[in-house]
Amino acid sequence: MDVEILARVQFAFTVMFHYIYPPLSIGLGMVLVIMEAIWLKTGNVLYHNMARYWTRVFALTFAIGVASGIVLEFEFGTNWATYSRFVGDVFGSALAAEGIFAFFLESGFLAILLFGWNKVGPRLHFFSTCMVCFGAHFSAIWIVVANSWMQTPAGYHLETVVDGQPVRLPPGHVVTEADLGTVRAVIDDFWAMVFNPSSIDRLTHVILGAWMAGAFLVVSIAAFYLLRNRHLDFARASMKVGLSFGAVATILQMVSGDFTAKGVVENQPIKLAAIEGVYETESRTPMTLFGWVDEKSRTVHGPQIPGLLSFLAWNNANKPVVGLNDLPPDDFLRKQHPDATDAELAALRPSYWPRVNAVFQFYHIMIIIGVALLVLILTALFFWWKGWLFRTDWAPTRWLLAALVLSVLGPQIANQTGWFTAEMGRQPWIVYELLRTSEALSKVVRAEEILFSLILFFLIYALLFVLFLFLLTRKIQHGPEDAEATHEMPESWRAWIRADDRLPRAE
Amino acid sequence: MSLEVIWFILVGVLLTGYAVLDGFDLGVGALHLFVKKDEDRRMLLNAIGPVWDGNEVWLVTGGGALFAAFPEAYATVFSGFYIPFMLLLVSLIFRAVAIEFRSKEPWKWWRTMWDIAFACGSIVSALLIGVAMGNIVRGIPLDADHEFAGTFVGLLNPYALTMGVTTVALFAMHGAIYIVMKTEGELQQKVRRWVPTLIGVFIACYSIFNLYTFIDVPRIVDLVRERSYIFLVAALGILVVLNIPREFSRGREFNAFLCSCLGMALMMATFGLSYFPNIVYSSPNPENSLTIANAASTPKTLGIMLVIATIGVPVVFAYTASIYYIFRGKTKLTSHSY
Repeated sequence: MDVEILARVQFAFTVMFHYIYPPLSIGLGMVLVIMEAIWLKTGNVLYHNMARYWTRVFALTFAIGVASGIVLEFEFGTNWATYSRFVGDVFGSALAAEGIFAFFLESGFLAILLFGWNKVGPRLHFFSTCMVCFGAHFSAIWIVVANSWMQTPAGYHLETVVDGQPVRLPPGHVVTEADLGTVRAVIDDFWAMVFNPSSIDRLTHVILGAWMAGAFLVVSIAAFYLLRNRHLDFARASMKVGLSFGAVATILQMVSGDFTAKGVVENQPIKLAAIEGVYETESRTPMTLFGWVDEKSRTVHGPQIPGLLSFLAWNNANKPVVGLNDLPPDDFLRKQHPDATDAELAALRPSYWPRVNAVFQFYHIMIIIGVALLVLILTALFFWWKGWLFRTDWAPTRWLLAALVLSVLGPQIANQTGWFTAEMGRQPWIVYELLRTSEALSKVVRAEEILFSLILFFLIYALLFVLFLFLLTRKIQHGPEDAEATHEMPESWRAWIRADDRLPRAE
Repeated sequence: MSLEVIWFILVGVLLTGYAVLDGFDLGVGALHLFVKKDEDRRMLLNAIGPVWDGNEVWLVTGGGALFAAFPEAYATVFSGFYIPFMLLLVSLIFRAVAIEFRSKEPWKWWRTMWDIAFACGSIVSALLIGVAMGNIVRGIPLDADHEFAGTFVGLLNPYALTMGVTTVALFAMHGAIYIVMKTEGELQQKVRRWVPTLIGVFIACYSIFNLYTFIDVPRIVDLVRERSYIFLVAALGILVVLNIPREFSRGREFNAFLCSCLGMALMMATFGLSYFPNIVYSSPNPENSLTIANAASTPKTLGIMLVIATIGVPVVFAYTASIYYIFRGKTKLTSHSY
């Protein structure tokens, strides 16, 4: 197998595994902040116990997240050295900012969050929880900024070295094989790089996806206890926090999804055409709800709504969405291949497309799951409003709770397929329309070495994943300690509890 | 001082921070299996429990800073040291999850399994860090495009391995001193008795390494002759380490630990001073070396990052110090412990 495929599979595999955990840290971080805030506000010890329980779940996800995250930082250099040389000047500052601002914040205050219950007062503990949550969000900011720069590069110019002196290349310079190792992207404007055309939309989308992952985990475990008739006070209160937070995140995510897709229309028309399987440019472009793309005959099969894609893309049902048959445009192709004839250019065009059917499927899985989660959470809110949510002896409620138990998988699958859409949709480029993925590899690393490390990571991650699920299940089976708080709580914490029974226990 | 020089120093500071901080928790890991009782092992894990995670971040940030400030060096070293770095990652992963997983279940086989993973992960990590460092000191073969031109087996040369073993000895010594500071009673007495031996082993390894350097890397000898202050820094490093037993005998455990930290920082300084302005020295063909001149990012990027570092690093120092302060004193096992 060739180096490119192996290196891509390795990165995809390690980043997919990693990406199970950070969204949970970000989402659960928010949940912990909410729970501790309620505890400090009301003095209701139930929320203190909840915060402690979810902290333990948080610790489990955090540890694996950190361990699998270091791998990715190393892989830029080990597997993608040419890429690192090319983007180091631009990408590096975002990564350094992530380390200095986010990772230290997160891991430093994590010590207090996990081990500080008996060491510091309630207010300082709450502050630490906020800092951990803030740090988790901050790290998402910088890494998504860096990734968005790869999607929509901005605030840079290309530079080469002639006789030891840097020489600025004109905009639109086409990077060729001979340029690799000497030409690099150099930063012009830090803020233009940070606020490149896609970073805000994509960042919002990623963070909301992470919130959903955290919220649905809480909802799922709470629903499980309700069905089993265990830890009822804890489960009801957790359910309410989880549902409220999850509803906010899910509804906002629909809005954010729309913004993100409109950004893709604008910035990466090829990706948009691929995710919707559009080949022909026609007015009233239809939207395919689900189905498959036949890449040979360049057709898409499945139920369609005429004009919907045009409407979503342009707010105008008649304006055509440009299809793959016209993308990339002729002048772009001519620049890439100055010596090619018209017929050759037409033949070269598909080499600038991603794998259309794969991108189409990943995107549609994400959309279908997103809509399903929205329906589910709105139903749950309706049950809550009607007072049916905790009637666990009633069949419709039991069905709903069962669906909520399974819902934890939804955001996970949607997050993964969303990233697949984004990253596969960018191919064949690693830095969009600037550097090809095939050109970005390490020159000195051989296929066997990558295969060796790929197998190694596969075995280790399989083991870790099984252990993670095992420990998480055990933790859920064991459940929260109902009387956990009081017996070993220091005075400063105990003083916070209001023994008042009129306080709103969850009912 | 040019931005390149500042970043040479800053990357050095971050990596020194990593060596000093993660050094003691890797060292605790290296000694883990020598402590037999379950309660004592939990004590060791909890002594590093609240801080090991933050310590590892110094590596991530050091790597990130190298990527940002000297992308050429980052790309060359990381792709060149492919297999050793993959093994380093695996070791770091195992030891991280071992700390987290070990005490979650009471079964004996479970705990023993993770104890072994923790100890082996720590030792192998320390060894590989040392081997990488040894190769950098000695110089690695680079071609005209600054790509690594050596082999994996070539990286396992006796000189680099000597440095690897020295690093394990250094971290083990450092870890033992940390344990003495954080524990009490029988466990503390036991580890305290190891300290003189560990210091002895380290000094022996370090002397052999230095001797080997004088024979195998004549370039450094010439440099030290030229920059005689290096000799002073190196000697000061050794003196500080030799001071550790004296601090112990006077019951000043914290000072002993500080001496150990300072000793490591001085060793890193020795290395930095005798390496500047190279970042990756090429041997043979020194003309292909990566230096702060040909490996650095543009002054613009270095300037932006300096702003980031100027805002961020003091804050990091402040809360890292407060967290160590909050968790000061002897470790106690509670229901939140590992």
